[in-house]
Amino acid sequence: MPRVMPIYFDNNATTPCDPRVVEAMIPYLGERFGNPASRNHAYGWEAQEAVELAREQVAALIGATAKEIVFTSGATESNNLAIKGAALYYEKKGKHIITVATEHKAVLDSCHALERDGFEVSYLDVKADGRIDLDVLAAAIRPDTILVSVMFANNEIGVIQPVAEIGALCKEKGVLFHCDAVQALAYVPVNVEALGIDLLSISAHKMYGPKGIGALYVRRGRPRVRLQALIDGGGHERGLRSGTLPTHQIVGLGKAAELCKEAIEGGEVEKIRALRDRLWSGLQAELDELYLNGSWEHRLPNNLNVSFAYVEGEAMMMGIKRIACSSGSACTSASLEPSYVLRALGVDVELAHTSIRFGLGRFNTAAEVDEALAIIVEKVKFLREMSPLYEMFKEGIDLKSIQWEAH
Amino acid sequence: MAYSQKVVDHYENPQNMGSLDKNDESVGTGLVGAPACGDVMKLQLKINDDGIIEDAKFKTFGCGSAIASSSLVTTMVKGQHIEEAEQIKNADIARELSLPPVKIHCSVLAEDAIKAAIADYRRKRASQAAAQ
Repeated sequence: MPRVMPIYFDNNATTPCDPRVVEAMIPYLGERFGNPASRNHAYGWEAQEAVELAREQVAALIGATAKEIVFTSGATESNNLAIKGAALYYEKKGKHIITVATEHKAVLDSCHALERDGFEVSYLDVKADGRIDLDVLAAAIRPDTILVSVMFANNEIGVIQPVAEIGALCKEKGVLFHCDAVQALAYVPVNVEALGIDLLSISAHKMYGPKGIGALYVRRGRPRVRLQALIDGGGHERGLRSGTLPTHQIVGLGKAAELCKEAIEGGEVEKIRALRDRLWSGLQAELDELYLNGSWEHRLPNNLNVSFAYVEGEAMMMGIKRIACSSGSACTSASLEPSYVLRALGVDVELAHTSIRFGLGRFNTAAEVDEALAIIVEKVKFLREMSPLYEMFKEGIDLKSIQWEAH
Repeated sequence: MAYSQKVVDHYENPQNMGSLDKNDESVGTGLVGAPACGDVMKLQLKINDDGIIEDAKFKTFGCGSAIASSSLVTTMVKGQHIEEAEQIKNADIARELSLPPVKIHCSVLAEDAIKAAIADYRRKRASQAAAQ
């Protein structure tokens, strides 16, 4: 019996590969198999032309030039290369880096690795809406600060940081600005010139492209950014990232970038926003005690992260298994600690355990939203009927007044 | 994560979900766990003068394994003498539901809930006796 697949509302985790992307990739898995680095025959030329077209397509999406695009295996590698590469190249200038508590683990763990090597890292807190305070950032920049790394939009709550203001501040202080823009590129206009971004991380599989391919934008002028390569080898990608270029993957990333540009400029993104808004207003119409996590105003159009108070996230996911989404609860982890992102916003641990992330996308429909709404509302009501906490809340008992025994 | 079929069954068809009158002298209420840990169980036992558990109800805030553990416990204790119910070990619950190691704490909580409900019942009886 074929498995009936659930409604896919987890587009912040990964996106389906657009059929147009797959179609563009296929010839490069077949007859166009050449190595783009083979300079002496038509197989190589054909592959190289495809790679350079993709480089143009990626550059066009972010307002960069093709020479500023370095292909990598994905955003984890891009973040590692940007942060460690800049730190190692500029360490004589200073050994201080600034980032934010809500960054992706690929950024935070790169910073932790540098701390073990004698760098000093400041992890800025965020406000309750998930955004950083620009005055706090300005105050954190020191004479020995070499890099500021702040994501464009958060992967859990979709909150968009004040990127242009951060870029301007970094320019003023003469500090490099790295931005992990993975979550934003399919939905929000991004222009590295207008925003003052020096290094920008890109991942194909978050923008309807294939997994296993990403890119790093590295500014070539005003200022020219230099990096210490992390992978040694044949000197591909101007020495910044050795390794034979995976032509088919790169073609897929390029096509995905082209389609995202069309989707943003052509208004397709507004349809996704309308679906997300339909989901949120539908939930609010039927259920009480819902808490939106993170800013509504400064948020990706496809993301909804909401705490269903008094209903534990994992039990909720089990009940709504017709819908593929994520929970901020961490009932399966040994630590029992819920999402560090929500905790950084100051969300109560209790509420963090009840959070669900819905990530809508290009291929979702209004019918799916309506079906999901009916399922979610029914299950939340059922699980609240089962919840001793909801019963106490309804009886007017302040749950904070009770001496709970931690276990 | 993949749940065992027994956990899924209890989750989808919870047994004895609900509440008993907590002010009833024959009802012992156990409330264990903490919202901050993601698990709270309320177990209520109605116990007759012979110490036999006549009825059991639960409400649980927690994952599927926590819900299943409490649902299972109500079916186990009904008709038992409280001294017998006190002997139920978390390992019995975990084995019956095939809980994976990361979910053992759910069965521990269910065992604690039985003990807490019985303790509450004994407290009520003692203060009742003292009043007389």
